[in-house]
Amino acid sequence: MSARTIRGKVAIAGVGESVYYKHGQSPDAEFVLALQAIVRAAEDAGINPQEIDGFASYSNDRSDPSRLAAALGIPDLRFSNMQFGGGGGGVAAAVANGAAAIANGYAECVVVFRALAQGQFRRFGQGAPDPTVSGDAAYMAPYGVMSPSQKYAMRATRFMHDYGVSNDVLRAIAMTSYRHAQANPRAVMNGRPLDAETYDNSRWIVEPVNRLFDCCQENDGAAALILVSAERAKDLKQKPVYLLAAAQGSDHRCGAPVMNATNFPSSSFATVAPRLYETAGVTADDIDVLQSYENFTTGVMMAIVEHGFCAPEECNEFFTEDNLAAPSGRMPLNTSGGNLAECYMHGLGLQLEAVRQLRGQSCNQVEGAKLAMNIAGPMVTPVSSLIMGTEETL
Amino acid sequence: MSSSYLPAGMPAPVPSPDGLDVAYWEGTRRGELMVQKCGGCGGWQWGPEWMCHQCNSFDMQWEQVAANGLIYSWERPWHPVHPALKPMGPYTVVLVELPHAGNIRMIGNLPGAADQEVVIGSAVEAVFEAHDDADTPYTLVQWQLAT
Repeated sequence: MSARTIRGKVAIAGVGESVYYKHGQSPDAEFVLALQAIVRAAEDAGINPQEIDGFASYSNDRSDPSRLAAALGIPDLRFSNMQFGGGGGGVAAAVANGAAAIANGYAECVVVFRALAQGQFRRFGQGAPDPTVSGDAAYMAPYGVMSPSQKYAMRATRFMHDYGVSNDVLRAIAMTSYRHAQANPRAVMNGRPLDAETYDNSRWIVEPVNRLFDCCQENDGAAALILVSAERAKDLKQKPVYLLAAAQGSDHRCGAPVMNATNFPSSSFATVAPRLYETAGVTADDIDVLQSYENFTTGVMMAIVEHGFCAPEECNEFFTEDNLAAPSGRMPLNTSGGNLAECYMHGLGLQLEAVRQLRGQSCNQVEGAKLAMNIAGPMVTPVSSLIMGTEETL
Repeated sequence: MSSSYLPAGMPAPVPSPDGLDVAYWEGTRRGELMVQKCGGCGGWQWGPEWMCHQCNSFDMQWEQVAANGLIYSWERPWHPVHPALKPMGPYTVVLVELPHAGNIRMIGNLPGAADQEVVIGSAVEAVFEAHDDADTPYTLVQWQLAT
């Protein structure tokens, strides 16, 4: 293995989150939620929050690292990093950026965080209120294409047409997340199971691919994870979980305006996923548990295909609740309930869940899980994904 | 007052402040579909950009193309995400590919019944939908099945 990889150099030592709420129901301001998550992640790691010397986030998080550092009383802020663009597609990249800082000595203890109270700011599922639009939006908004659901359904409709994919695939992904949330007391949808009939009768958000239950929630909350060097992690409170590989980016003209990406019926991972596996030195067959960001169930489907878990022509057979459910499915998926049923924590909750799986602390534990993959927000650009492993995978 | 497919009050397009796509929006007012073609390599390009993605020339020209194509993908939003759409009910959006212009793609509506069947690959032609009463008058490019 080349020295120019992150493999095994950095560990996740702590995870924490605020209480997760439906949008508009948090009694605390978004910035307070950020502080709560960071303090809890530090507690989980067994460190003083003032030992944090770096911050990494994505999607233009509003909680500025300098304000966080001042609030926490951090004596020596060494690293403050924002992943450019891609919204939730940046969550694995934020972990990677923080890890890179530690591996290269820019910082000793980086917190990757995301605080998002959609009830206190604009909800993601609503169109912008501007009376006039220019640039890319001028070619979409006047035709009623404004929300993420409307922007990304076009990709999925074409993908499902090309490969003969049934909507049963999307239902299986949604029902798996809701099933897992029933065992997760943190989940907003805990106590609200989803059956096939309810899914089938739910209203269209965007026909022919996005019913209500295919779309992520809109929530208030925050999550955080603590990165330290592999050496230091050994002396901390929790069993270390190591970063084996991370990759980010997108393929040819993915960001071309007006839906002119070259590889359009795609989750944007066509070039990213092969780099991820190459760095990790593993294949899809080696992965024990998979956390794949649900903006929409369609994105989960395409991202899992592009990470090589099944061929596009095999979707109808691969994506069944039996195959996707913990503990014994062929590829347990989104074992916390994810963005659909735990909380739309912009994907960071799924990273925390992967850590819990590798520690043996999940509510839907996959027995003996050693390798976990996290796929960040699909269909955007840039996207990112990563692989974590236990000590024995190094 | 001109008739439009979507209700009044939708966001109105205005040319980019940096002038990038003025030629497109002026073209639609004349009932012409103008797209970019590279003066260096002759490649078609859409959406508008200052540089050719094939040869990196800055010599981007505008050329009128036949206003027809094939349905590449489609969707029908039901959930209104903008106040103007609340009385509308479901509406149909198509992504249209132009095989005669490098397979560039354009977005528009496919006016018609709310439950109309949409078949990928169908031939469509443009309908220029003028919004003459807007503060800055503009014309949208809508699509209908080719006759």
